Amino acid sequence: MYVAVKGGEAAIANAERLLAEKRRGDPAVPELSTAQIEQQLGLAVDRVMTEGSLYDRELAALALKQACGDQLEAVFLLRAFRTTLPRFGASEPIDTARMQVERRISATFKDLPGGQVLGPSFDYTHRLLDFSLLATGGEPPPPAPLGEAEPESMPHVLAMLDREGLIESEIDRRPDAPVPDITRDPMTFPADRAARLQGLARGDEGFLLALGYSVQRGYGRNHPFAGEIRFGAVEVEFVPEELGFAVSLGDVAVTECEMINQFKGSATEPPQFTRGYGLAFGHCERKTMAMALVDRALRARELGEEIDSPAQDEEFVLYHADNVEASGFVQHLKLPHYVDFQAELVLVRGMRRAAEAAAQRARPLAVAAGEE
Amino acid sequence: MMAATPLLQVRGLTRRYGARIGCRDVSFDLWPGEVLGIVGESGSGKTTLLKCLSAQLEPDAGQVVYATRDEGPRDIFALSEPRRRLLMRTDWGIVHQHPVEGLRMGVSAGANVGERLMAVGARNYGRIRASALDWLGRVEIARDRIDDMPRTFSGGMLQRLQIARNLVSSPRLVFMDEPTGSLDVSVQARLLDLLHGLVADLGLSVVVVTHDLAVARLLAHRLMVMRAGSVVEEGLTDQVLDDPQHAYTQLLVASILHP
Amino acid sequence: MDGYNFAYLDEQTKRMIRRAILKAVAIPGYQVPFASREMPLPYGWGTGGIQVTAAIIGLADTLKVIDQGADDTTNAVSIRRFFARTTGVATTERTADATIIQTRHRIPERSLRADQIIVFQVPIPEPLRWLEPRETETRKMHALSEYGAMHVKLYEDVARHGRIATAYDYPVMVGGRYLMRPSPIPKFDNPKLDRSPALQLFGAGREKRIYAVPPHTEVYSLDFEDHPFEVQKWEQACALCGAGDSFLDEVIVDDRGGRIFVCSDSDHCGERRAAGHVGAQPDALGQPADKVAP
Repeated sequence: MYVAVKGGEAAIANAERLLAEKRRGDPAVPELSTAQIEQQLGLAVDRVMTEGSLYDRELAALALKQACGDQLEAVFLLRAFRTTLPRFGASEPIDTARMQVERRISATFKDLPGGQVLGPSFDYTHRLLDFSLLATGGEPPPPAPLGEAEPESMPHVLAMLDREGLIESEIDRRPDAPVPDITRDPMTFPADRAARLQGLARGDEGFLLALGYSVQRGYGRNHPFAGEIRFGAVEVEFVPEELGFAVSLGDVAVTECEMINQFKGSATEPPQFTRGYGLAFGHCERKTMAMALVDRALRARELGEEIDSPAQDEEFVLYHADNVEASGFVQHLKLPHYVDFQAELVLVRGMRRAAEAAAQRARPLAVAAGEE
Repeated sequence: MMAATPLLQVRGLTRRYGARIGCRDVSFDLWPGEVLGIVGESGSGKTTLLKCLSAQLEPDAGQVVYATRDEGPRDIFALSEPRRRLLMRTDWGIVHQHPVEGLRMGVSAGANVGERLMAVGARNYGRIRASALDWLGRVEIARDRIDDMPRTFSGGMLQRLQIARNLVSSPRLVFMDEPTGSLDVSVQARLLDLLHGLVADLGLSVVVVTHDLAVARLLAHRLMVMRAGSVVEEGLTDQVLDDPQHAYTQLLVASILHP
Repeated sequence: MDGYNFAYLDEQTKRMIRRAILKAVAIPGYQVPFASREMPLPYGWGTGGIQVTAAIIGLADTLKVIDQGADDTTNAVSIRRFFARTTGVATTERTADATIIQTRHRIPERSLRADQIIVFQVPIPEPLRWLEPRETETRKMHALSEYGAMHVKLYEDVARHGRIATAYDYPVMVGGRYLMRPSPIPKFDNPKLDRSPALQLFGAGREKRIYAVPPHTEVYSLDFEDHPFEVQKWEQACALCGAGDSFLDEVIVDDRGGRIFVCSDSDHCGERRAAGHVGAQPDALGQPADKVAP
C-alpha cells in the first residue's frame, strides 16, 4: 500500500487542531488559568523565565499553558517572543547585597552577620507523597510564623573573606568596556567571563546539573564549598539618557549562588580561594549551584589549571548548553531526509554491487582450487 | 666538509614555569647532517628545551634561528604563524615519545603517511599511495598493513609508522623526544638500528632527547648534558661518555651497568 | 500578522544580517559569524535560511520554498506559510517564477538565472567539523588554508571503498580559497553550484554563520586526479515524466518490495508532464490532475 509521504497544508492545520484539543484535555475538568500556573506552579515559571531569558511571570505562565507543561517548549516560546522586543538599553547592575532576602544560607560558616535564613525550601521536607493535596477546595494553609525582624544588612559571605584577602577579589578588569550581549553578538572563543556567565544563565538546567555533578565526581575537580545562596527581590534601576540619573523600574526575584573553591596558588600568587558564580531569575537554587560549579570549572584556563574534563572545555559547554538550540537540532531529525538517504542508498548499492562482482571474479578460482 | 651556515642557531634560550626553571640560557649550533643528543635525567629540562626548539612552546627569552630553504636564517618565533606551521609540517619532523600523540589513530596507516603530502597539495591518489607503500617498506612495516588502523599495530610498529609519517615530506630537521622510551627493551634495539640507518641514508639533521645513554651513543654525533635546566657539559659523544668532565656527567655515566 | 514587523525580524536585525551577507559575498565561502536570533521555528528546521530570506525579501519578491526538492513537504509548507503570514508576498511553486528560492537539501533541476537568489538552510556549516571539533582550531585551519586533513578523509574512502564515499554535503572549494559545505544537498547537485549566475546564500541559524557563493564563482568538488568527482546516476527514469537526468526519489509502492522512482523536484516533474513527457507509470502515485497542469 502506498502512503503519501509528502504532506500538505491540510495535514498541518489538522495537527494544530488536534494539539489544541489535547491541550485542553477533558472539557469536564475546569480549564487552568495562567494565574493558577503563576501562583501554584511558581518554580516551573521561574525556570521558564530563566532559560527563556525574559522576566515576565505572566508570559512564562502563558508559555507553560500553551506548551502543555513542556518546559523546554515553553522556554522556546518565550525566547521567540523575546527576540522581537525592542531594546531601550541596559539597566544598572543589580545589587544583590541589597536584596530583600527570603532565604539565605551559607555552608561555610555556622553563623554570620544577618544569620542563616532557611526560608521556603524543600531541603528538609520528607519526600512522602502528601495525599491530602489530592483534595482541592480546602482551606489555605495557615501563615507560617515570622522570624525576628529582618536585619538591616546582610553582607555577602564572600565579601567578608575578601576583606581578609583569603579570596580573590571580584574586580571588573575593564570597567569601561561594554558588557557583551550574547543575543546580539555571536559568541567567540576564547569567550570572556561575562559572555560565559550569560551563556550559563540561559543554559539548560539538566545539562549544567550533569556537568556540575561531573566536576564533583572528579572530572575537573576543584573542591567546591557553597559559600552563600540567597533568594529574594532586588530592585532594577535604569538611567534614561534624558534624565541622567537612575530611576527604579521595579523589583525582580533572583537566586544567587557563590561557590568557594580552592586554588593552589601560582608563581605569582599565594594560595587563595577562588569563586564560581551563579544567578537566575526567580527561585532556581539547583540551577544556580550547578552554574557556579561550571563557571568555576570554565575558569581553568584563566587560573592556569590543567584542562582535561568536559566541564572545563569552554567550547563544549557553551556550544551545547542552550536547550532551544539543542532541542531544535535533535528534533530536526524528524524532518524528511529522503534526498540524502536516497543518495546514500545509491552509494551503498553501488559499493555492494562492486563487492559482489569482485567476489564473483574470485569464486571460479576458489572452486577450481577446491576440485584439485 | 661542513656547510657555511648552521641549520639551527640557538642563543640564550630560557623557559620558566612560574618560579621554576624549565631550561636556562641554552645556546648551541646544529649543522646540516648533524645529530645532537640532549641527555639528562627526567626533570632536567630536556623536553622543555626540545619543545621550545620545535616551536611547540614559546620561550621566555632567547632565539631559535633556523636556516629556511628560501629566505635564509630566520628566528622561528618572529615568523608569522602560517609560515611557522608550514615549516613544521614540511621542513621539520617531530617524533613524539608516545606515538599516539603524533598519529591520527582514527585513520589507516596509509592515510597517516600520506597526510603531509596531501597537506602540501598532492592530489593523485595512486602516487600518494605509492609513496605511503614505499615509506612503510623503509620503516619495515609489511605492505599489506597499509589499510589497517594504527590501533591494530604493536608499540614498535606505531613508532615506526610515526617516523614514516614524518619523513615522507623529506624534512631537513627532525626532533625526537625519547623515541625508544615507550618501547620494550627487546624492540628498542631494532628501532635504534632503523633510525641509525635512516638518519645516515637521508643525511638528516636531528635533535634527539633521551635519558638513555645507549641511545645517545648509537645515534648522536654530539651530546649536551642537562641538569636542573642548564647545560653542564657538551662535546663529541665519545668524548663525553668516555671521559666525562663534569661531576654530574660522571655520575650519569657511572650509573650505567657495564657488561 | 499583527504586532510583528514585515518578515518578522525588526529592521535593525535585518540590517545586521544584511551586513553579514555583504561580507559573505565579499569573501566567497568564508563563514561569517552573525548574531542569529531565536525564530518561532525550531533550530535545525531552517532558522538560518529563514533569517537570510527575511533579511532580503521585499514586497516585490516571489518566494518559493522547497524541502527535498518538493514544495509540498510539511516543512516547506510551514516556512512558506510563515512568510506568507509575516510578509504577504506572493509565493509560487514554479522555479521559473520565483525571485527567492529557499531550499533544504536540493537545488532545483531548472537552471537558475541572474535575477534569482537561492537560500540554503544549513545544519552544520563547518566542513572540517568531523575532523576537528574545536572552532578555535578550525578557524585557524581556514585562515591558513590547512585543508590536508580533508583529503585524508577522501583518501580513506578510496582506500576502503574504492571510491569517495560521500553522497551528500560533499565538500567544495570556493573560488580556490575556502573549503565549504554546500549543505546536505546530494552531490548530484554540486555541479549546479559551479559558476551559477544566481546569488547563492547559506544560512546556519543554530551555528550562527552566514556564507555565500557570489554569481559566476568557481565551486570545485574535492577529488583526486585519478578518482575524479562524479555524480549519482540511476538506471531508471522518472516513472511519471520519463526524465532520465534528474535526481530521483525512491518510492515504495507495496509491501512486497515494489518500488518506483520519481523526480525529487516536483516542479520540474510537473512542468515536463505538462509539456507532454510521459514516464512508464504516469498514474503510479494517483497524482491529482491539478498537480500536473500548471
